[in-house]
Amino acid sequence: MKINNLINHTTEWLRGTGPNSDVVISTRIRLARNLTGFPFPHKAGKIQSGEILKTIKTIVSSVDLLKKTTVFALSELSGIDRQFLVERHLMSLEFARASNNKAIIIDDEEILAIMVNEEDHLRIQVVQSGFNLFEVFNIINKVDDILSQEVNFAFLPDWGYLTTCPTNTGTGMRASVMLHLPALVMSNSINRILEAIAKLSFTTRGLYGEGTKAHGNFFQVSNQVSLGHTEEEILQNLNGLIRQVIGQEKSMREVLLSRNHAFLEDRIWRAFGILKSAHLISSEELIELLSMVRLGVDLGMIKEINARTVNELFLITQPAHLQKIEEKKLSARERDLKRAEVLRQKLQ
Amino acid sequence: MLCDLCGKNQATVHLTEIVDGAISELHLCEGCAHKKSTEMEQQFGLADLLAGLAQFTEKPDEEKLGAQLKCPKCGFSYQDFKKIGRLGCPQCYIIFKRYLNPLLKRIHGSTQHRGKVPLKVSGRGKKKAGLLELRLRLQKAIEEEAFEEAAQLRDQIKRLEKNENK
Ligand SMILES: [Zn+2]
Ligand SMILES: [Zn+2]
Repeated sequence: MKINNLINHTTEWLRGTGPNSDVVISTRIRLARNLTGFPFPHKAGKIQSGEILKTIKTIVSSVDLLKKTTVFALSELSGIDRQFLVERHLMSLEFARASNNKAIIIDDEEILAIMVNEEDHLRIQVVQSGFNLFEVFNIINKVDDILSQEVNFAFLPDWGYLTTCPTNTGTGMRASVMLHLPALVMSNSINRILEAIAKLSFTTRGLYGEGTKAHGNFFQVSNQVSLGHTEEEILQNLNGLIRQVIGQEKSMREVLLSRNHAFLEDRIWRAFGILKSAHLISSEELIELLSMVRLGVDLGMIKEINARTVNELFLITQPAHLQKIEEKKLSARERDLKRAEVLRQKLQ
Repeated sequence: MLCDLCGKNQATVHLTEIVDGAISELHLCEGCAHKKSTEMEQQFGLADLLAGLAQFTEKPDEEKLGAQLKCPKCGFSYQDFKKIGRLGCPQCYIIFKRYLNPLLKRIHGSTQHRGKVPLKVSGRGKKKAGLLELRLRLQKAIEEEAFEEAAQLRDQIKRLEKNENK
């Protein structure tokens, strides 16, 4: 598999299908794992991190479940390619910045990604479209079991998996659900929800993880606590919480539909109109507008396109994706032009 | 006593290092000690939230002891951890155990793992856990200046390490 082949299809988490996909965009779980006998990546020398990478590469090439994967050394990826993978949520922003013996292993379906020598030696990630916490866990659990038979993971009975940062100690697991909550935002009830989420020891982030702002009504909710509970308990708690939020968003959509129908229709069709006719559009504006269009599709107002198309637009109009389509570097203004052009083409 | 690094100034900062089970002491002047710590800071970037958290989980009289605590495996000191909020290697968890316990409690509300266990907790893995514990006891013996016990533990660790490399 080559990076360039990825551009031709929408990544798994934006498939736009799966349980509750009218509110939940995607479900993601990552496990932080480290090998015994090596310092953590920030403290490891070139030889040590090279040895870790070699070990993991060998396992990947010899284990059946991991055979349909490709290993990309970060040092061999251009800046645009790295950003491209960040936009597809296959690696973190922080990981993309440095390259010393870092690699990312991606399966052909873009469901599984393993970052090697990130903050921890291994960051295993599985992502799926829709709301599927337990199915996603089953997949990642299998991958983790296989790896744990091949290498010795740093583990203590009392503290579980030992991670570079003590915030991940224990299960090393972070489960995140990406939600689209336009009705809760429009009705000004989102802050109440976010506060409740925080009180229950869950965190909310923007689209691109840590430290990013919530754009276009997209919110990522994930567990904060990783020690003291089993994986199942953590997932069950998150599952219950997300169900509540989905319920709130859906009933608020009903309220808006019945009491503010004209207002809602106006917002949605205006957004669609701008996307179809703009000649210059920034990515911030695009996300806000696409969020409205996505709501229109989910409510059955807009019938000419489906959720998958909205998601595809969302992805291919990101900076690195645009530059890959054009096959050259684009300035911010050139991107705004190209973005509008792609939109007009796709929405004609 | 003169500084081990510059050999010019009076040493006022004293560090105990254990490298591969061997106890060595480092005596530094204020200037060199400062240089050493800023080097560390530059290497690892700015302190984060966690480092802040670590600050007030310990009693002031333990602060001094903590400052001298160093991981024999990776050389990371408890001071380094407080600066960057990250540990240096898995062994650091053992070495800094008593400081990490209250911190983990603050972060997670618990200090007992209840989740999954790696499929392969191999004989080798178990032996390593034993080694970790011995290192912890060695650290404690040094802190309590029980040097006879420390010497015994050190020999025991050396033997185990030799077996492991076979
Ligand atoms: Zn000096
Ligand atoms: Zn260490």
